[in-house]
Amino acid sequence: MTAYLLRRLLNAVPILIGVNFITFVLFFVVNPPDAMARMQLGQKYVTQEAIEQWKHAHGYDLPLLYNDRAEGTARFTRTIFFQKSVNLFLFRFGRSDSGRDIGADIRQRMWPSLAIAVPTLLLGLAVNITCALLLVFFRRTYLEWSGLALCVGLMSISALFYIIAGQYLFGKLMKLVPISGYDTGLAAIKFVILPVTVGVVSGIGSGVRWYRTLFLEEIEKDYVRTARAKGLSEPRVLFGHVFQNALIPILTGVVTILPLLFMGNLLMESFFSIPGLGSYTIEAIQRQDFAIVRAMVFLGSVLYIAGLILTDISYTLVDPRVRLQ
Amino acid sequence: MTWVPLWTDALLYLLLAALAALVLYARRQEHLRRPWRRVVRSRVAMVSLVILAAFSTVGLLDSLHFRAPDSGEVLSLFDRLATPLRTHMEKTYSAPFATHLYSREWFVVEGRRIWTYPRLRYGGAHLRDPAEKWPDIARTTAIGALKGLAVWCLAFLTVALARRGRPPRDFPWKTVAATVAGLSICAFAVAGLSLKYHVLGTDKVGEDVLYQSLKSIRTGLVLGTLTTLVMLPFAIALGVLAGYFRGWVDDVIQYLYTTLNSIPGVLLIAAAILMLQVYMATHAESFTSVAVRADLRLFFLCLILGVTSWTGLCRLLRAETLKLREMEYVQAARALGVSHGRILVRHIVPNLFHIVLISVVLDFSSLVLAEAVLAYVNIGVDPTTYSWGNMINSARLELAREPVVWWTLAAAFLFMFSFVLAANLFADVVRDAFDPRRAEENG
Repeated sequence: MTAYLLRRLLNAVPILIGVNFITFVLFFVVNPPDAMARMQLGQKYVTQEAIEQWKHAHGYDLPLLYNDRAEGTARFTRTIFFQKSVNLFLFRFGRSDSGRDIGADIRQRMWPSLAIAVPTLLLGLAVNITCALLLVFFRRTYLEWSGLALCVGLMSISALFYIIAGQYLFGKLMKLVPISGYDTGLAAIKFVILPVTVGVVSGIGSGVRWYRTLFLEEIEKDYVRTARAKGLSEPRVLFGHVFQNALIPILTGVVTILPLLFMGNLLMESFFSIPGLGSYTIEAIQRQDFAIVRAMVFLGSVLYIAGLILTDISYTLVDPRVRLQ
Repeated sequence: MTWVPLWTDALLYLLLAALAALVLYARRQEHLRRPWRRVVRSRVAMVSLVILAAFSTVGLLDSLHFRAPDSGEVLSLFDRLATPLRTHMEKTYSAPFATHLYSREWFVVEGRRIWTYPRLRYGGAHLRDPAEKWPDIARTTAIGALKGLAVWCLAFLTVALARRGRPPRDFPWKTVAATVAGLSICAFAVAGLSLKYHVLGTDKVGEDVLYQSLKSIRTGLVLGTLTTLVMLPFAIALGVLAGYFRGWVDDVIQYLYTTLNSIPGVLLIAAAILMLQVYMATHAESFTSVAVRADLRLFFLCLILGVTSWTGLCRLLRAETLKLREMEYVQAARALGVSHGRILVRHIVPNLFHIVLISVVLDFSSLVLAEAVLAYVNIGVDPTTYSWGNMINSARLELAREPVVWWTLAAAFLFMFSFVLAANLFADVVRDAFDPRRAEENG
């Protein structure tokens, strides 16, 4: 188990280097530091001096990949690529192009993100799985047919409409919850309810269909027939046997959402003006603050890989047949 | 009149040609014809196909661009057809079927200044008395519906005569005919109405919302299809190579897609679009017309969406190829000394066809939906391009107005929903027909 985890962690290193290299190419080679400086300082009337000063202040005054003025290994280490990458790998995100401390920002903003993402994920899972099991339970009836039709309908609506409709109905017409904003501590609850509800509802369509196929696949298997033949009731078969055996594919599906937990749902946070990581990233994109975007890309991929490893571990907990070597 | 071929136009028509070639090829292959027959038999699939075809026709007409001889503007064939809609600009907001503007203005009538709603320049301008509006609308709708019915009857007779004497197939003729009739009646009625009124109202700068919604079809269509065109070669080539050759090839390709996969998609897209903006700003001289710039951004968006979305299909194809290469017939071919290239082309790739097809039809609608979200984050299509995303984005704040301006949002919702719903329903039937596991259970 330990050896397996160690190997997985070592495997993650080349992937992270690759991610880092891709973002580096995108951010520095396509768009050299001079252009960045000009953008941050305002397009026109910038002197070369001001650009050099800005580059020096933000550590962009080195060559990109190869430093021909340095000696020995410093030829490779005294470069923007190396300097910026090493800091990222040590999780020292440094200062953003506009001068803010990225690490402190992330630590502060991850909590609102989690406050939205965790309830959305858990509630969504509960609702989707229950509905899917019900559809499987009522299979070959009109109830299933209309449920599936409803799912296709829900799936065909853009997430934007769910958000707009939610804000309009519950926020503006019924005045049940504030339309947007955030507060600290327990006062945050009333700001969290609406985004979570909208998040769960907008995922129902595709979620229920996805889990339904998982359950249907499981229900074809021999052990289900045996269980039925033994005289177990259909609910016992479904909720006891089938559900338990479908846990592995369910877990795999959850992993793809894990990085979102921290990144926060970009859209939700920015629509409901929640000061989380998602809105942080969107603001950075709109302000063209590359240091933040780069840090978030790196963080996102670290979390994705961590999620993959976590799933493998959770497999062993769910299914005794799985052994990690 | 000179044609202005845009990148996306050319690729869209190339795709159409490829599709036609594929259909001709599939007609001769029995193993491909059987699942398609199931699709053709399905009522849901045929109705969705008719609706998708109607949308695509608008989109394709909108993809033939030329430079107007008089004004020098880049217009499309669809613009030419919908000229009254395009040129009937009001001053600002007006509700659907309104005869008056949505905001009041000062007027001088008989020497007195009054604060009232002015009449629209085009919407209902032919009416002497605005009170005659509803009878006029009813009359116009009826005439349009009759025209639509007449056209449908003509088409129906032609088809019926052409098909006379052929053995009847189990094709849902009645359903398709009813859908076509409904569409044709609606189209003619709306066309007739739109000459006299703004059927879906006007937006902030007074542009007809119906025109905007129709123009947005092309953007959705281009994004949904061209992205696939970009993605397929990557996914197929890399997936098959990884699965077939295994070893270091597999390692490299797996490394490549894990790396790409672990970058959050939105960020990659955002970064790429930012780069494009910077590039365009520094090379302004190469992008002279607005249409060319917007088109290039659309094309680039397809590229980058394609680059971020090939990984899923690639993984599926790799797994399937790993399975196929151990099959007896592939082993036999290898034992007989057939070259790798020939095995790949003749035995492996054709047997992956169903996976490719299923994933293509399933991706289509999610790409159309993704466009709207990207537009909101400002990294979608160019703000000057008509798209449902841009419409929603601009209409979002109008809900906070008093009184509420709801029609832009409603129009975007209506068009987007029917387009995506049709695509989803069609995709479902295609998937059921081509997925070997499901094909068995449904017979």
